Amino acid sequence: MLDIASKSTNIDEAASKIIPYGTIPLYDYLNGIGNICQIFNIYVITGIFTLTVSQGFYAKPNILNTEMLSTGRIVGEDVRETIDPAPEEMKKIYTLMVLVRAADIQAITLQRQGRIGFYVPCQGEEASQVGSAYALKPEDWAFTDYRAPGIVITRGMSLKSFYAHLMANSEDNTKGRSMPSHWGSKALNIVTPSSPICTQLPHAVGVALGAKMKGDKIATIAYFGDGGTSSNDFHSALNFAGVFKTPTVFFCRNNGYAISIPVSRQTASSSLAVKAVAYGIEGIQVDGNDALAVYSVTKKALEKARNGGGPTLIESITYRMGPHTTSDDPKRYRDDGELEEWKTKDPLNRLRSSLEGRKLWGKEDENNAQEWAQQQVKEAIAHSEKIPPPHPRTLLEDVYSQPTWNLQRQLHQLSEELGGS
Amino acid sequence: MPSLTLVQAINTALREEMQRDEHVLVLGEDIGKNGGVFRATEGLYNEFGGNRVIDTPLNESSIVGVSIGLSLYGFKPIAEIQFLDFIYPAFDQIASELSKLRYRSGGEYKAPIVIRSPYGGGAKGGPYHSQSLETFFTHIPGLKVIIPSNPYDAKGLLKAAVREDDPIVFLEPKRLYRSTKSEVPDEDYIVPIGKARVAREGKDVSVFAYGAVIPTVLEASEKAQQEGISTEIVDLRTLVPLDLEAVLASVKKTGRAVIVYEAPKFMGYGAEIAALIAEEALEYLEAPIARVGGFDTPYPYAHENLYMPTPTRILNAIKKVAKY
Repeated sequence: MLDIASKSTNIDEAASKIIPYGTIPLYDYLNGIGNICQIFNIYVITGIFTLTVSQGFYAKPNILNTEMLSTGRIVGEDVRETIDPAPEEMKKIYTLMVLVRAADIQAITLQRQGRIGFYVPCQGEEASQVGSAYALKPEDWAFTDYRAPGIVITRGMSLKSFYAHLMANSEDNTKGRSMPSHWGSKALNIVTPSSPICTQLPHAVGVALGAKMKGDKIATIAYFGDGGTSSNDFHSALNFAGVFKTPTVFFCRNNGYAISIPVSRQTASSSLAVKAVAYGIEGIQVDGNDALAVYSVTKKALEKARNGGGPTLIESITYRMGPHTTSDDPKRYRDDGELEEWKTKDPLNRLRSSLEGRKLWGKEDENNAQEWAQQQVKEAIAHSEKIPPPHPRTLLEDVYSQPTWNLQRQLHQLSEELGGS
Repeated sequence: MPSLTLVQAINTALREEMQRDEHVLVLGEDIGKNGGVFRATEGLYNEFGGNRVIDTPLNESSIVGVSIGLSLYGFKPIAEIQFLDFIYPAFDQIASELSKLRYRSGGEYKAPIVIRSPYGGGAKGGPYHSQSLETFFTHIPGLKVIIPSNPYDAKGLLKAAVREDDPIVFLEPKRLYRSTKSEVPDEDYIVPIGKARVAREGKDVSVFAYGAVIPTVLEASEKAQQEGISTEIVDLRTLVPLDLEAVLASVKKTGRAVIVYEAPKFMGYGAEIAALIAEEALEYLEAPIARVGGFDTPYPYAHENLYMPTPTRILNAIKKVAKY
């Protein structure tokens, strides 16, 4: 019999091991470096958690509380370990990011033109989404929120399925039941999300516990935003995962804002990753605009999970370049200058310059990738717009395993109302 | 045939289902070595071990949420919420997640877990150990809601619930846990979900009720009989899906309907029964429909015996309807 409860962490003991940081002027160091994204520093806080940083992440101190840095609580050895994907894979990650960007921009256009009802854009988060999802194995389970284009496309969702869902047509495997931007797919191990914040986290813990009990070496990953760390189920899930040491990766995309509310209004904690400490699990910060860094920390966390090392909280620091949704106007709460500054850290430019620096990518590759992505998007939209909506009877299906008498009656009434169709 | 209390019947059903299917797990607070605060899981930890009888952190949302995940991975979790009054922290998981997963995923995903919880008054529990919250769950499409009123039904319905392919809220009347014993077959049997039971046949007035109030209704019925009024008692057993045929058959027979439930009267489950009778059998009615519920107050402590529908209150309603 498997002992699923792990022993608890002694926080006091761990805290006593914190050595004051005082050797690297980290804040200046981070700001002073350009787009050399392959440089990637990991700082270990002895006995508690790993803090992973690469350049640029603290570029906006008003977005992130730099308290942890200025008070010198970052300590430990600088291990500088990364798992770089093979060159061909790096190129694939970049190409996926180009595709996601193209699909995302076109989805916003479709909404503005009234061709879809609603959309949750992901521009700026491509490195966090694609980089982390690329580290997953097909048998791993992904639990997303609604800002997930990069995740679902990286997991293998076709653009036809992607747009079928946005258009809520009869090729939408979720049958047009949710607002757009709630992609799910059993075939791709992406559990269809809801809209409430972080309610998917306990499910990721439950699947992981089930896998652990069955002895299956898989991991689950749960995605959420910075605002989610204030939610009830963030606590519920991390606490449970810590106690039962489940193979779960909690992937927080800290994009600076929960709609209009900055991270400083979510927590007085010195970071989001530090919250892991109290749950007795590992917390990691990563530059979320650095796809290779994101890939690396996620891959390590997933492998640790599959090998019985328990859960990890990853705080991926990024920026939502667009609105919260197509119903939002970020000009009401964000300075233009902020966006302009983050544009210089665009995750696509970051990875492209890295690939160029490694002599893996040239102008022709770029032109080909852009052209290919545009073509994919165009074809998928042209196809999806020809597809009719789901049959009205689907409105009354899938409530229960078998329709109850009242659903049968209501289907009959609807059928009559629609002239027996 | 052994004679069991209702809580022993629950315990037996859990044990038999865990023996039948190794994927059946129970999760909750104090359910392991302690056997549950009402002893519903007594002995299960010793028999099945800590991986199938899982004591959880004190967090109802994760009890339900993790159960959903376990179900997604092929297990059959039975989650215990220690008192129904403490289910509110899990409400988001139940209302937003559990009930809608099959629908929102286009039928690709489902989480047919069972949530068990003791409900109702009569245990001197005050406002937070006594509530009857069934209507919150009957109003959420995607859930099935079951409330047994006796040991035989408790075992058969719980076994049926565990085998059902839909999420179930299974509410156990805590004041009947040990109030009486009755014969419960040793063998495997189920009581079908969605079927009411005629607890007593009669001809003058139909009384529709479920769960904790059934013994009180039987007492009122005895008194009515002494006054020459024959009552037919229909124990609904399953609130969703409701056995509408049984309701209509009885009301068409008697032409008179009293509905009894312990929850606050206003907007209680009986309102739906009354509306359905009015919609579907108005021409059979000889008298207005009467409802007897709890008072529209928070659940009280000192005067809980006055809060819960009393035999007198039920009898008065029966007489009023009979003499209309």
